[in-house]
Amino acid sequence: MMHDEYDVLIVGGGVVGSAVARELARYRLRIAVLEKEPDILCETSARNSGVLHAGFNSTAGTKMARFCVEGNRGFDALARELDVPYRRTGKLVIGFSAEDRKRLEALRENGEKAGVPGLEIIDATRIRQLAPLVRGAFALWSPTTAILSPFQLTLGLAENAVRNGVRYVLKAEVGGIRCVQERYIATTAAGEFRGRWIINCAGLHADRIARLQGIDSYTIHPCRGEYFVLDQRAGPMLPLPVYPVPDPKSGGLGIHLTPSVDGNVFIGPSNEYIGDTGDYAVTKPVMEMLVADAARVLPELDRSYFIRNYAGIRPKLTGPGEGGYHDFVIERRRETPRAIHLIGIESPGLTCAIPIAREVVRQMWEVEQLAENPYFDPVRRGIVRFADQSIADQAALIAQDRNYGEIICRCGAITKAEVLAAIRNPLGVHTMTGIKYRCRAMMGRCQSGYCQTRIAELILQETGKRPEDLEYARKGSYLFTGAVRDA
Amino acid sequence: MKCAIEKKSVVIIGAGPAGLSAAIELHRQGVYDIIILEREQSAGGVLRQCIHDGFGLTRFGESLTGPEYAQRFLDEAAARGIEVLSGVTVTGITPDRIVTAVSPNGLLQFAARAIILAMGCRERTRGALSIPGERPAGVWTAGVAQTYINLKNLMIGRRVLILGSGDIGMIMARRLTIEGAKVLAVCEIQPYPAGLPRNVMQCLNDYDIPLLLQHTATDIRGRARLERVTVSRVDAQFRPIPGTEREFQCDTLILSVGLIPENELSRMAGVVLDPQTQGAVTDECFQTSVPGIFAAGNVLHVHDLVDFVSLEAEQLARSVAVYLRQGLPACEIAVSSGGDIGSLVPRRVSGTQDVPLCFRVKRPRDDLCVQAWQNGRLIAQRRIKRAVPAEMERIVLPAARIAEHGEISVVSVDA
Repeated sequence: MMHDEYDVLIVGGGVVGSAVARELARYRLRIAVLEKEPDILCETSARNSGVLHAGFNSTAGTKMARFCVEGNRGFDALARELDVPYRRTGKLVIGFSAEDRKRLEALRENGEKAGVPGLEIIDATRIRQLAPLVRGAFALWSPTTAILSPFQLTLGLAENAVRNGVRYVLKAEVGGIRCVQERYIATTAAGEFRGRWIINCAGLHADRIARLQGIDSYTIHPCRGEYFVLDQRAGPMLPLPVYPVPDPKSGGLGIHLTPSVDGNVFIGPSNEYIGDTGDYAVTKPVMEMLVADAARVLPELDRSYFIRNYAGIRPKLTGPGEGGYHDFVIERRRETPRAIHLIGIESPGLTCAIPIAREVVRQMWEVEQLAENPYFDPVRRGIVRFADQSIADQAALIAQDRNYGEIICRCGAITKAEVLAAIRNPLGVHTMTGIKYRCRAMMGRCQSGYCQTRIAELILQETGKRPEDLEYARKGSYLFTGAVRDA
Repeated sequence: MKCAIEKKSVVIIGAGPAGLSAAIELHRQGVYDIIILEREQSAGGVLRQCIHDGFGLTRFGESLTGPEYAQRFLDEAAARGIEVLSGVTVTGITPDRIVTAVSPNGLLQFAARAIILAMGCRERTRGALSIPGERPAGVWTAGVAQTYINLKNLMIGRRVLILGSGDIGMIMARRLTIEGAKVLAVCEIQPYPAGLPRNVMQCLNDYDIPLLLQHTATDIRGRARLERVTVSRVDAQFRPIPGTEREFQCDTLILSVGLIPENELSRMAGVVLDPQTQGAVTDECFQTSVPGIFAAGNVLHVHDLVDFVSLEAEQLARSVAVYLRQGLPACEIAVSSGGDIGSLVPRRVSGTQDVPLCFRVKRPRDDLCVQAWQNGRLIAQRRIKRAVPAEMERIVLPAARIAEHGEISVVSVDA
């Protein structure tokens, strides 16, 4: 067993854990992130709408609203540093009835109180100018809302953290935490880790991680949201995210249509409390509801556009029947002074990741002085995407590296150079979905029919793994039982 | 851009059976200035992974494996010195026939007098069907499973359920059984098999693999690797019947639920597609709605046997040769289908030559009579003892009976 000494142990490597890791890397601290899965993109951070929220949906005065406005305002600089694809599309919340209008007015007022800029109620003519195919009588227009790649944001934070000395340990599910002489000792599937601080960023499992430290006052209510993914052919139909007026009694923002930075469209998410943090199933009744709801706003949608379904799970603090949102809980407890618990980090957690991380740093400063890391480098570069380049730049890329001249994923025109860069990622992730999220291969309309066999082969070649050790996504999701026949 | 545009009489996209057959026939017709662009590292298309036999019975009068069938064409193409560039992916075609491709040696561009689309087809996926459930590892389309097993020597599972009775699914049922896996059943939502009768016999019946007609998957479970699939009987509207659920404990689910012509490039060039075949709308010369762009093989309409792909591509090549020399006759007579006749190729004819029409029936029919009518006149008729959707059928329209004007409609009547 390993006995590794750290200043800070971060439990959970999602967008929040990675933001905390990256912000703490600005100081002279030895940091380890303990991630239970073979990749950091297995749960909530990857399974959402990919929206940078403006902040008008969260009650003014809450941490949620404050962090959201701050996270949105700071995003251009962050995206530049970390090379995260995003687009300031703005967003429409569509209304039809007098009741809707009242709710939209209330949302606008709340947003203005929270400091959200540029909110306006607009009429049907302006809706048609912004999104010609979208139906609606009037709408709340939020110009600062953006779409972003949740994969690249999470990876950007994590890879930048690694570059600045943070260690990520994969498949390190924490099974026990004890405190001996002011050291936390986390027992994991990958050995024991010791740290002076422990930061609980475990998302859906944050209540369990708190319980391991004797705190049983938190309860996470998993609330599933199902989505449809639409073909890129549907992309031009929807220039910006379009939401319905949210139902205050529901735990979500309603079924919306969102373009993705990769040119697809998402329909969803539904809103269903489930008694299980691991049940990512999609269901027939919800699929039918999603299709019907989307057709109300965008009647031109056709079933032939649907290429995939997925589900995400919100780690909610408000339970079934209660609805709405509880503010983020980010706290040190008297019984565990060097432990910080981040509980109920649901939507808009993606937008709030950096402000949340800064709050963690602030709470640590309350206990001890942190020395600055003079070598901190805030810049991370993503994989250069062949398909996004001009013809001249494409030619230059191929001249530089022949692997840019071999297209592996036909749907996305993603080259061997990009797939290899994804396989050689700084976190050492070698799952199929890990490669997919990093270079976007296997996401297109053929759903990997053309490229997956070659990508599996490339991973095996690059890593020297045995076929039976290659995983699809989660721990234990093996792809192969071995060779068909011995050579 | 640095690369110069190279002129070619014909650029063929895809070195599968359609592309190779077309190239060889063009060469035979005296058209030598041609090039085939192939995205895979080696030519041959899907035949490379079809290691079972049964290919070539019509074309060569003998039973060959897929690689053997492909090799005959590769050898002839090589003997004729036909240029086949592999590892080259076409990324764009314009309506004025400029072809752009990506290769390790740089970007390539060709200005072609004619383009032949021979890109083949791809498989329908779980997403297109919206099958409910979790998303574990172990769910594959039949063609992907076939690639892993036959080309990559990677075994994909031990207990297998197959959804859809397409030909590749049935062939994989046999293949997996031979390699020691237990194939529990093949489920088909329709009341009849989707694939060829001979595959039902040779791949399922001969190996005691049950074929469950009017059954579909209604739930898929497994957090990491597939653990079980729930299968239900469906009613006449394909709705699962409550109470008929059966659970199969399995680690692998193979989908064989249809093939879709790969027309991304055709769309870029503005080629009009047929909603029934999902391939291009073509005339009797295999010309699409864009002049000088032709299509044949599975990119035009999904075939049952490769032999017919070759024969069709050869026919196309003869048209292209005429096109290059003297131009083609105007094809202004539309052909429509009705009754139990579903997809149909071609959709426009000239009336100057006999035209074989290829079609599929929408449901199995015994003693089917197919008739072609124009201006209230019966111009062709054919009786078929048993017609099934899995098999492509043909009827010839004799030029002598086609009037200069008037839509031709092909319909089914009871014999």
